[in-house]
Amino acid sequence: MPSGDTIAAIATPPGKGGVGVVRISGPGVRQMMPGLLARPIDPRQATLCRFHDEKGRVIDFGLALFFEGPRSFTGEDVLELQGHGGQVVLGMVLSRCLELGASIAEPGEFTRRAFLNDKIDLAQAESVADLIDAATQGAARSAIRSLSGEFSRRVHELVDGLIELRMLVEATLDFPEEEIDFLEATDAYKKLEGILDRLESVLESARQGSLLRSGIHVVFAGQPNVGKSSLLNRLSGEEVAIVTDIPGTTRDAIRQFLEVEGFPIHVVDTAGLRQSEDPVERIGMARTREAIEKSDLILYIADSAKGIDEEDRKILESLPDLPVQIVLNKADLSNSAFGLLETGEVSISAKTGEGVDALKKRLLDLLSLHEPGENQFIARQRHVSALREAKEAIECAGTSAGVEIFAEDLRRAQVSLSRITGEFSPDDLLGEIFSRFCIGK
Amino acid sequence: MQNFDVIVVGGGHAGTEAALASARMGRKTLLLTHNIETLGQMSCNPAIGGIGKGHLVREIDALGGAMALAADEAGIQFRTLNASKGYAVRATRAQADRMLYRQAIRSRVESQPNLWLFQQAVDDLILEGDRVAGVVTQLGIRISGKAVVLTAGTFLSGLIHVGLKNYQAGRAGDPPSISLAARLRELALPVGRLKTGTPPRIHGASIDYSELAMQPGDDPVPVFSFVGSADLHPRQVPCWITHTNEKTHEIIRGGLDRSPMFTGVIEGVGPRYCPSIEDKVTRFAERTSHQIFLEPEGLNTHEVYPNGISTSLPYDVQVELIHSMKGLENAHVTRPGYAIEYDYFDPTGLKSSLETKAIANLYFAGQINGTTGYEEAAAQGILAGINAALRSEDKEAWSPKRNQAYIGVMVDDLVTKGVTEPYRMFTSRAEFRLTLREDNADLRLTETGRELGAVDDARWRAFCEKREAIERESSRLKSTWVNPKLASQEHIEKVLGKSIEREYSLYELLRRPDVNYEALVALGERAEVAPEVASQVEIQAKYGGYIERQELEIARRMEYEALRLPMDVDYAQVKGLSAETWQILNRHKPETIGQASRLSGITPAAVSLLLVHQKRGFSAA
Repeated sequence: MPSGDTIAAIATPPGKGGVGVVRISGPGVRQMMPGLLARPIDPRQATLCRFHDEKGRVIDFGLALFFEGPRSFTGEDVLELQGHGGQVVLGMVLSRCLELGASIAEPGEFTRRAFLNDKIDLAQAESVADLIDAATQGAARSAIRSLSGEFSRRVHELVDGLIELRMLVEATLDFPEEEIDFLEATDAYKKLEGILDRLESVLESARQGSLLRSGIHVVFAGQPNVGKSSLLNRLSGEEVAIVTDIPGTTRDAIRQFLEVEGFPIHVVDTAGLRQSEDPVERIGMARTREAIEKSDLILYIADSAKGIDEEDRKILESLPDLPVQIVLNKADLSNSAFGLLETGEVSISAKTGEGVDALKKRLLDLLSLHEPGENQFIARQRHVSALREAKEAIECAGTSAGVEIFAEDLRRAQVSLSRITGEFSPDDLLGEIFSRFCIGK
Repeated sequence: MQNFDVIVVGGGHAGTEAALASARMGRKTLLLTHNIETLGQMSCNPAIGGIGKGHLVREIDALGGAMALAADEAGIQFRTLNASKGYAVRATRAQADRMLYRQAIRSRVESQPNLWLFQQAVDDLILEGDRVAGVVTQLGIRISGKAVVLTAGTFLSGLIHVGLKNYQAGRAGDPPSISLAARLRELALPVGRLKTGTPPRIHGASIDYSELAMQPGDDPVPVFSFVGSADLHPRQVPCWITHTNEKTHEIIRGGLDRSPMFTGVIEGVGPRYCPSIEDKVTRFAERTSHQIFLEPEGLNTHEVYPNGISTSLPYDVQVELIHSMKGLENAHVTRPGYAIEYDYFDPTGLKSSLETKAIANLYFAGQINGTTGYEEAAAQGILAGINAALRSEDKEAWSPKRNQAYIGVMVDDLVTKGVTEPYRMFTSRAEFRLTLREDNADLRLTETGRELGAVDDARWRAFCEKREAIERESSRLKSTWVNPKLASQEHIEKVLGKSIEREYSLYELLRRPDVNYEALVALGERAEVAPEVASQVEIQAKYGGYIERQELEIARRMEYEALRLPMDVDYAQVKGLSAETWQILNRHKPETIGQASRLSGITPAAVSLLLVHQKRGFSAA
């Protein structure tokens, strides 16, 4: 992202923490402050202050710190908001920054700017490359995780509609000597309305989060009485269960939320999976299956004394192809060693709590949650901004005077959506035109 | 041994513009062609311009090039395409008399000071290490040059197909440059193979026009050059339109078993936008008819170019399919159509100055780079000529950016993306299309052209006058106010379609989409303003908002364009780059971070890393 933009990001690592920091850097910071802070603040003075939304409602309450460039971390004007460290609240603060015109920082971008503005010396700079690299890979994984199948499908549908329309418009402009008036033949403005409707609905859903997954889904499976419930209680017992109901995550199959080291984990219960003739129950089972298929990991719990038996294998085979972590519970009764075994299982006692820390660590490792950089919330924000920009462009297109202006607005919309779905080049568009229409003298 | 600053090999559209530009810049320039008679030859369809292409012609003109004026002197039917669709996509197209066009080009080449013309084919390049120092001709004549521009076009290992027969040949009956092609292959420059085609030609006297639709030129007649006028145009004639029909398509399908394309004899990739008639009939089987334009090849010849039936079917099938069309029942074929395969050099091996990365001081322009079209060739020619001239004086290279010119879009596409089919310009390739208009090509490029020395005094004076007039008129409109209390409401409503509540400047009012300049100025005091000045003022006012937004985007991009990358970096050694990324970078050796960012497969993260390493000078890498 070029240095002329103002960027924002959550600066504290995802997960548990008492304080969360949102950092904003760039030429637009000063202008944004009144929209964000309930009172004016002086540079370089920590000021206790309310952070508010567009209607002046309080989002959070914390310390605001303004550093004038070049005397700041990045060398630009920088505003740091230190608030309460929950992902949801931090996300709302970040959203507010984006509304006010900031863009979400690329992974490692604050450090990059600091380096480019001579705020970091050469010795430190050695690590900048590594940091950018690591942050990017983490972000890429988050982006993939945040795109649920449903969201992805709807965005692609939207893009297909836009490509179709652009194909018609560009064909009209670049091939005027062909015999068809592509635009009139296909009622472009009606198509535009359809696209706008779909875009608005996707954007609304994305905003509410119902199409974007946040948090990790873990399937708890195993035979009856191996201690699934006591493990759940053990995991949630000493942690604060998440109180905020993140919208859109409520599925029938998800009965519980855990927070492990500050990361929200949704438990997908397989209890509902059993033979049944009851039609209502069967619908529930179908939903459970769907939830299982979209999960990140299966935690398979077995009895430490018995190990994995024939019945376990049968159940495991019936589950979809996901990474599996086997947990041997009740190790206190079988006098086994606790913790991660060489064979890959984790041996615990849900009752005494022994081995549970090792299990948590293992979970975080398997789910790649120790990575630096951004979490899925940020990935989601990126999608929302892209959709918002696309919507603005499509609305312009609806009122544009003349075909070439119309085309320009559609192009802008596509550029925005490309940030979600990947680049669509002019040559790709020409390819669509040539495959659809017989062009050329 | 003779010495030149710049040697240009090839006398087609690229070669002549290159040689003329270099000579205009005061460099001692040699133009080598194997045949002086075919200087400026239009080997395919007899037309200049069209959507995207017309834009290129105007840009060449703005840089002092020959193509637009030659088209004005040779054009026998002029049209403005897309006239109703907006200023940016509006484009001029001229049907040109081949002979007049050749004459117009040749007379310019012959009368250009500093330009020597010599008829010799070139067999070899003289190399000194990894730089070119001159050429060797077919007679073994060695000529030294500080820079060499190669524009060998279709001549490179050309192979012509008519039906299943094929033979080695260059363009339209010329010999191919086999030895030069072989020599270039030895230099290990990356080579690919492309295909293009041409329709059979018809004797006009054997066409029955009485049944055909006429397509006249526009009235008033458009003019191509910024310094041209309609007085330059020869007599104007119309084109005609006929169509293929079910019977034609049946004949074509019947001949497919002897088509070199459908039997796999042709390996090269043809253009998607210029399919052969057999391709159209096969791929769009549901279409029962295709439009065919009958374009006159000149005022003093009866030959007609049937645009739309490019084919490599056997000769007997060609004749039969032509006879199946209305008006052509008795048409006599004067030349068979054919497909030609030829070598091109992967343009990702070029810098944006069109200098090859492998051999210093050697420039490639035109079809050799995988493009098609006279306009695309000429545009590269003028750029290569300018840069060869600059190099011969040890001056910094120049290349327009994507936001400055279609020439910039084309060169950037070529050097960053390469080609998979013959590259042709379309306006949809330009993300800054609203800025890159035919009407403002001079405002975009003439000043730079003048600084480079490629624009002569007369053109420069005319340009300066126009530019000043535009500024004068704009500021007059900005300072002329319409007061609703003082002016006649009736008059205002007539011009604006509604009344106004407050005072507006004429310029503000002109921004409204449905207000036109002529009617508007009637609200104020009339000023004597040339039509092209008036329309420029109007366009600038109307598009102001959009162009400002594009300029914002441009400004953001320019930051990366200015950051140069050294050519000798081994990206494999650069910390943090993934294997895929460094391989791409090593293959392309981008000149700037901007260029790198447009390579396929380069992510924003890789750009970040390049920014960091670029600042460090890749020293510790």
